[in-house]
Amino acid sequence: MGVATYVKDEKDAIQEVILQSGIKVKPVYTPEDLEAVGFDYEKDLGDPGEFPFTRSLHPLGYRSRNWTTRQYTGFGTPEQTNERFKLMISHGQTGLNVAFDLPTQMGYDSDDPMAEGEVGRVGMAVDSLKDLEVAFKDIRLDRIGTGLTINAVASVMLAMYQAMAENFGYDRKRISATPQNDILKEIVGRGAWVYPVEPAVRLIGDVIEYAMKELPRCNPVSVCGYHIRESGCTPAQEISYAFLIAFAYIDNVVARGYRAEDFVGRFSFNLNVFGNLWETVAKFRAARKLWARLLRERYGVKDKKALFLRGIFGGGGSGMTKQQPENNIVRGAYYALAAALSGAQTTALCSFDEAYTIPTERAALLSLRTFQILMDEIGLRDTVDPLAGSYFIETITKQMEEKILEEMEKVEKVGGMVEAVASGYVQREVARQAYEYEKRLQEGQVTKVGVNRYTEGVDMEVELHEYNEAWASLQVERLRELKKNRDGRAVGRSLKALENAAREGLNVMPYLVTCSKEYATLGEMAGVFREVFGEYVEPGIF
Amino acid sequence: MDRKRIRVLLAKPGLDGHDRGAKVVAHALREAGMEVIYTGLHQTVAGIVNQAVQEGVDVIGLSIMSGAHVPICRKLTQLLKAEGVTDKIVVVGGVIPNRDIPVLEQMGVSGVFPGGTPFREIIRFIEENANGG
Repeated sequence: MGVATYVKDEKDAIQEVILQSGIKVKPVYTPEDLEAVGFDYEKDLGDPGEFPFTRSLHPLGYRSRNWTTRQYTGFGTPEQTNERFKLMISHGQTGLNVAFDLPTQMGYDSDDPMAEGEVGRVGMAVDSLKDLEVAFKDIRLDRIGTGLTINAVASVMLAMYQAMAENFGYDRKRISATPQNDILKEIVGRGAWVYPVEPAVRLIGDVIEYAMKELPRCNPVSVCGYHIRESGCTPAQEISYAFLIAFAYIDNVVARGYRAEDFVGRFSFNLNVFGNLWETVAKFRAARKLWARLLRERYGVKDKKALFLRGIFGGGGSGMTKQQPENNIVRGAYYALAAALSGAQTTALCSFDEAYTIPTERAALLSLRTFQILMDEIGLRDTVDPLAGSYFIETITKQMEEKILEEMEKVEKVGGMVEAVASGYVQREVARQAYEYEKRLQEGQVTKVGVNRYTEGVDMEVELHEYNEAWASLQVERLRELKKNRDGRAVGRSLKALENAAREGLNVMPYLVTCSKEYATLGEMAGVFREVFGEYVEPGIF
Repeated sequence: MDRKRIRVLLAKPGLDGHDRGAKVVAHALREAGMEVIYTGLHQTVAGIVNQAVQEGVDVIGLSIMSGAHVPICRKLTQLLKAEGVTDKIVVVGGVIPNRDIPVLEQMGVSGVFPGGTPFREIIRFIEENANGG
């Protein structure tokens, strides 16, 4: 992944270019190519802000709405995270995107033996509502939207977030949070799964159903093609898998008696930007169009806004290299450009120290500045969908659409996404491609600057984010304090009620909010689900 | 020369969910003729040692991307010593800063392969060092 395949002659002239999704790029495109793919302005593009939204979700694009910048942030204790949040906001960041440490993502408290060595390491540790109250102190929750990068126990975290906001005096109908809440992609590619597939998908459905009624400004799920692409799939597969995963969640909620129209407008996506620039732009344009079309066809969705493919396009983690790390600053700038040319609504960028660890303050700010330079200095807000009408871009956008549909068909043939994940079909497909890419990279068939070409030069030193084991002891100490001072019987009662709800198939969200307000810990709530649902057993597939 | 096939247990210890590297290396080792068992994610150190002994592998390969490689390797090498397991080598790959390599080697990790290490280097190392070399 990362780049296309090139066939060259002995004079280094390019004979053939094949994009990762399998599209062959021609040396020259003319109006005849548009004719050959059956391009039609009204049908394929439409004006910006009009169905099928290929060009943009909004009529004036970035003129009327600059994109939201949402760097992934969080480490150590809630105090440190609060400080970093405020720093990023003071430098012009317009949204938050919370990084949680692995124990939190996996539903373990900081004092759990499974948490050893990991507390506060790759994100902030959250054991209870208390920690969120510290992390979000003095942040205007009615003005800033917050991404919560958590999946298996997203229900618990969203409930805590609501409880925190209400304790601070906000109306829950006015807060905006986006829990990632996408468990199927965790099983395919990111690995922070806890519960077996079926109850895990039910929890996703519970969050969507609850948010539809009680948290109207929250986006209950952020479907991530991103991590599947990071794990090795092609851009076309990234979109097709993300759509099929989204359909699985829609089906879960539709089966509860709702219309897709009533909730799908709050879905969001998290998609990746690295790779061949043109393929990336074509991917996003094709994706916006297909999503709108498929929602109409499959679920009869009519409301215009419910057809929007909204989301965060960014990251680019696996394009970043450990070798010659300063090159990643430049890569990041091109990835950001790709996101802007693709009409990203919200964005975030992996920082140049991505291949080592979570970003230092300096690295995170540099990513933010990269966005600001694009939008405020060099003119990416000037006009909407600037590449529209290019013979090349429109041709490959059409071709990309076909490729995405082909990939969707392959999965549907093996029984749909839930089945394809449960059987390991998708994981095997992704791992095989990751291996083939790595092999081509090592054999020099794919160029990666500073890795397998142009490797000369001094090894650059990178200042790294340092982890401090004292944070863990502090966090454990605080948890002990909490358990001593809360009303233990009230906690016990609220957890018992949660357990009943989980067993009886009731929506667990209201019960989680009650538990949170009693200062039940994340590990206790997640533990109730472990008890009731059991744990996912991963087959050793590669 | 008919040597016994090298058996490798590739393990993902701890909570880290990044398994692309582990799976890619699993493919490469299998293609090089080794027998590879992949544990899947979220394994405990005790569970890994137990499985390595049960399966009678020659090599325990750990893939760690979360930054927790020092505490995890310390625990694993200590447990191997405590259980008197001496017939297996331990190799580690992942996001590992250069400065940590001597620390890991001192604990008894035989080979450290930071991300981006060519397959042939990993394969050669294992072929030369597993099974008494």
